[in-house]
Amino acid sequence: MTSLGGSGITWPSVPEVVAVLLLQGGYNTTVVMVGVTLLGIAAGTVGTFAVLRKRAMMSDTMSHATLPGIGLAFLAAVALGAEGRSLPVLLGGAAVAGVVGVAVVHGIARHTRLPEDAAMGAVLSVFFGLGFVVLSYIQTLGTGAEGGISKFIYGQTAAMSARDAITIAAVAVGVVVATLLLFKEFRLVCFDPEFAEVQGWPVSAIDLLMMGLVVVVTVIGLQAVGLILIIALVIIPAAAARFWTDRLWLMTVIAAGFGAVSGYVGAALSALMERFPAGGIIVLVAGALFVISLFFAPGRGVLAGSARLLRLRLEVEAQHVLRGVFEQTEARGAPLTTPVSTDALAFAGTWSAPWRTAVLMFLWARGLIARPSTPLTLTDTGAAEAWRQTRSHRLWEAYFARHVAIAPGRVNRLADMAEHVLDPGIVARLEEQLARDGRLPMPGGLARPVRE
Amino acid sequence: MSLQTFLQLDLPALLATLFATMACALLGNFLVLRRQSLMGDAVSHAVLPGIVAGFLIADSRATWPIFVGATVAAITAVVLIDLVRRFGRVEAGTAMGVVFSIMFAGGVVLMEQAAASNVDLDAECVLYGQLEDILWLAPTGLASLIDPVALSQMPREVVTLAVALAVSALAVGLFWKELKITSFDPSLATTLGFPAGAVNLGLMILVGIVAVAAFEAVGSILVIAMFICPAGAARMLTDRLATQVRLSLLFAAVSSIGGYTLAAFGPLWLGMEHSLAASGMIAVVSGVVLGLAIVFGPRHGLLARRRPAVVVEG
Repeated sequence: MTSLGGSGITWPSVPEVVAVLLLQGGYNTTVVMVGVTLLGIAAGTVGTFAVLRKRAMMSDTMSHATLPGIGLAFLAAVALGAEGRSLPVLLGGAAVAGVVGVAVVHGIARHTRLPEDAAMGAVLSVFFGLGFVVLSYIQTLGTGAEGGISKFIYGQTAAMSARDAITIAAVAVGVVVATLLLFKEFRLVCFDPEFAEVQGWPVSAIDLLMMGLVVVVTVIGLQAVGLILIIALVIIPAAAARFWTDRLWLMTVIAAGFGAVSGYVGAALSALMERFPAGGIIVLVAGALFVISLFFAPGRGVLAGSARLLRLRLEVEAQHVLRGVFEQTEARGAPLTTPVSTDALAFAGTWSAPWRTAVLMFLWARGLIARPSTPLTLTDTGAAEAWRQTRSHRLWEAYFARHVAIAPGRVNRLADMAEHVLDPGIVARLEEQLARDGRLPMPGGLARPVRE
Repeated sequence: MSLQTFLQLDLPALLATLFATMACALLGNFLVLRRQSLMGDAVSHAVLPGIVAGFLIADSRATWPIFVGATVAAITAVVLIDLVRRFGRVEAGTAMGVVFSIMFAGGVVLMEQAAASNVDLDAECVLYGQLEDILWLAPTGLASLIDPVALSQMPREVVTLAVALAVSALAVGLFWKELKITSFDPSLATTLGFPAGAVNLGLMILVGIVAVAAFEAVGSILVIAMFICPAGAARMLTDRLATQVRLSLLFAAVSSIGGYTLAAFGPLWLGMEHSLAASGMIAVVSGVVLGLAIVFGPRHGLLARRRPAVVVEG
């Protein structure tokens, strides 16, 4: 680790940080920051649809497929006596090759038995291999242009000019406007392509338009962050946004926002710290946003999901406990608020110590038991709830056993209140039945009628 | 071109390519069937931070720390992709894209730190390979081919890749039945008691190791191509797995020899002085083979499907 330690990171001063963040960090820095922030917005917007359409790796394929286009465009320009390194020429070649790559993938996946992922991998590697052959040929020409071309692979954010930034700005605005105009069509194709097809929408054309927007963003981003990292800017903000919401327009906005933040913060860090290459840092910022979303997003995040699962299990267990207490007191002919030891509840034998604590704390926090310790004493709320639970459970049991012929052991509709679902007439008959069997729960847990 | 330059320059490079491409093609059969073709792509990008870290920690260009770093990174990527997919409930392609691009970005940033300590680590060699640098200086003539002393000086890459091929072949041979059933019908495999998850993880780790072993010699692009193109071409020609595997190995060999020859000697035939990038050319040839198989495949090819069903006239 000596190499890393020896590199000696120099921390920027606070005024420097403020200046850069307020876009006062010098002309070049400002241009780069504005450029990549806009690029992030555009990439996040188109990425939303690529991710939802399960085409994330398509952008990867496309960006690799641009390489031969760049090389061939250079050769064509030189052969025609033009300046080979001019950016519009190279990006034009890149766009054409990207579109051809997408078309080939589409064709293979649609017309052969090979799956789409094999088609993407084949196009990606063969096109890139071809690009590499073309580059090695350009190298033999000895014009020194290959360095300028291979920078597309890793990107060179720092070299962004004001004109590049303006191009990116124009493209970003175009992409956002196109997305707004076609929002309804994109949504339909993303969520239910079969339905869209049946309804007579030109699904293939809409699909191609969607991919076309991704091509545009990829090509514009090539120079800024490089062909491998531009796909990160397309995929990651959109994938991160997916954790926060189920609404498409909100997801699009969040993805664009994440893209913008990644670009802005990444470019600022790169300007402030030595040896922080902008392309890599931008993607790492996006990656950090993804990890935060993955764990902490309230909707689909991992922690929120675990918390929901835990709560559900606690709720189910609490219902078990309430019913257990009801049945215990019922059997003893004692009032419902009589203390009952957890040892008397058969299912509590399998509880681990932390789980026991969690269940008791949960019941106590809900105001269902008087103290979070055994023996359990139900509060008035707890007693009422225990009665409702038991009554509902037994009604369902009776209903399923008598009317649906399902074994009572399978009946576990704890949460549903029978009288909300079943016809009042049926409930009345079931109650009669339960009363005849001596199993009709009484509010307050009064002594059950002695059987036989 | 004399025999000696062929033996010293071209033979070791060809052998390394052959072993690398055949090992990749062999495993690629199962990747294509499992719709995990892009795993090669994901792994090949994700190894970058491992390579740079191995390099920084060992502070040298010695091979084994880099190899260990790359292997650790490859396995990390495979496991992370699986975790993100399952716990984040994210589609497989998205999970791959997210994980590998973040790891690649980490590698790019780390590389910049390495550059700061005044050491030269060429990332492009990972991308393109160093096929042209594999030399076997020992041979003096054809007799060297059976001379143990000369053979023992075979370049390390060739030996490593031969081992990688042998290990893959052994693993595929031993677990043939398991691989076959889990590739075609994972749920049936699980019902029958085959550990589909374990077989999958084992295959992925093997893919990671073979990919890492092959990167150095032939470059990641060729590795990605070889995981897919030969197996895909073979799949267009047959419905039997054993035949498909044999065909894919044949296609890998044909692409290697054809591509290498075209790159090394093709330009000379055309009157140009320099040879072209061999790994790129091999990838292109494998793509051509795939294209031919797609068009001319006897039953599943485009032409065969377009032809109307044979009508027996009586």
